[in-house]
Amino acid sequence: MTDSGFEQMYREVILDHYKNPRGHGILDPADAAADGQNPLCGDEVSIYVAFADDGETIDEVKFSGRGCAISQAATSMLTEMVQGRTATDVATMDKDELLEEIGIPLTPVRLKCAVLGLTTLKVALHKAKGTPLPEGLAGFDELELS
Amino acid sequence: MRRATPAHPFRSEEPGYDSPVAATESTRLDARTLRRDFPIFEQEIHGKPLAFLDSAASSQKPRQMLEAMTRFYETSYANVHRGVYELAERATEALEHAREQVRAFLNAPEAREVIFVRNATEAINLVAYAWGLSNLGPGDLVVVTELEHHSNFVPWQFIAGKRGARLEMLRLDDHGELDLSGLDAVAARGRVKVVATNLVSNALGTVNPVDRLVAWAHAQDAIFVCDAAQAAPHMKLDVQALGVDFLALSGHKMCGPSGVGALWGRAELLAAMDPFMTGGHMISSVRLDRTTWGELPHKFEAGTAPMAEAVGLGAAIDYLNAVNLDAIAAYEHELAAYALGRLAEIPGVELYGPPAERRAGIVSFNVDGIHPHDVAQILDMQGVAIRAGHHCCQPLMHRLGVAATNRASFYLYTIPEEIDQLVEGLHTVRKVFA
Repeated sequence: MTDSGFEQMYREVILDHYKNPRGHGILDPADAAADGQNPLCGDEVSIYVAFADDGETIDEVKFSGRGCAISQAATSMLTEMVQGRTATDVATMDKDELLEEIGIPLTPVRLKCAVLGLTTLKVALHKAKGTPLPEGLAGFDELELS
Repeated sequence: MRRATPAHPFRSEEPGYDSPVAATESTRLDARTLRRDFPIFEQEIHGKPLAFLDSAASSQKPRQMLEAMTRFYETSYANVHRGVYELAERATEALEHAREQVRAFLNAPEAREVIFVRNATEAINLVAYAWGLSNLGPGDLVVVTELEHHSNFVPWQFIAGKRGARLEMLRLDDHGELDLSGLDAVAARGRVKVVATNLVSNALGTVNPVDRLVAWAHAQDAIFVCDAAQAAPHMKLDVQALGVDFLALSGHKMCGPSGVGALWGRAELLAAMDPFMTGGHMISSVRLDRTTWGELPHKFEAGTAPMAEAVGLGAAIDYLNAVNLDAIAAYEHELAAYALGRLAEIPGVELYGPPAERRAGIVSFNVDGIHPHDVAQILDMQGVAIRAGHHCCQPLMHRLGVAATNRASFYLYTIPEEIDQLVEGLHTVRKVFA
């Protein structure tokens, strides 16, 4: 079973983030928050953000949710990546930056799992800043969590 | 395309000794031999033999069916009806022969009661719209079950909502079987006009007590709509014995092609209904101010029919009949029992649904709280194809208290080694997530 495809996808760092998620929990109150869902597989992620005193720098990010290893590990990695960055920077962050960090081959179906946390975080930031949601995200925050 | 008797798929071609008159012959099927009829298995996936355990989503296709469609395209293809030339007549005859094959498959009284549609979903939508919009109103109840596929749930929810009728749901007991003790309480809440349930659950494999539900529905003066998408591949169907009013099936789940299914309905109900879709072929006469509808079945078959697909469905029916549906049902129960036993050996496996004798070849399970998509992904790399998700049954997933399940499903070509491959794969899954 060495060098099989699943061992690339479920490499140690992914499993580590899945089993020991960083930034797991909730912030109440939060400066920004959103819920996201991947209706295809039922992955769910809620993201909470606290800004620093400048009202722009991301001071703390927490997430809660349930779902596949890819969605939960990717969101865990994301919380580490965005710490200390500005809301504007993260709201326009290219998904490839996250995918590079995840560093595993992803099929189109699993890609949706991988970017669920990022998409939810962007929705939270746009909502907090009152900026319009970019194309493709419109309607995202209307999804109902089951 | 005349009714040539198909070559028996698992007997020798030698004439004489295998005559179908041997009524006492054993009906046990030989999956290993049947498997050779299915070209899909002539390949490896990720360097491993293919263990295809997702037949409940869609079955694989036997050569005999594929060849019937090719033959139709190569020798008899033209648009059906109205054409006055030889090819159009051949194509029409092929389509109407396929309709007769579906009629016989269902033991329906008349071929004109068989409507070709895209799939069971379209068949149910046809009834929900064409019957429901005219016959449902405030105070009326449409009764479905917690076991329904979204295809037999959402159309009713939508049409009931449009007409001010209410959707009621029959609950499941803890074994994944319908709890019929609540029927009278449901009837007390309004006028039951429609009871719509599946005969076999696609998610748990449960074979439902349709006979009792039909009797109850008719006692309420309601119509009974049977979703047989998962039952048609598995067991012998007889609409007269079942006593249902409508029955829906999908070709692709029963060795036929995608893109064709059938609705059977009682002639008097179909005749009284408005059309579902309008357009070409379904008319009697068209004037500026008024159009009149064609006779059954044409009234419900607007546009060019799925001709080659219907021919394929007919060939699939011939194939299933030759294998023998009783043998298929018995074999699926056997595989389900084997799979349930093997899966129970694995620590941390939770199984859903009834005992093997009351289920088709479908087993739903979860492993150690590992998300089904992770399970299915790791299995795929070992050549094992299963389905992971909500199986278009979100109400059922809520009832089970899970977001998703893994589902392994079996068919006439499934061999026990594929189930063994699944079990080995699940041990690997547990190791990865240990």
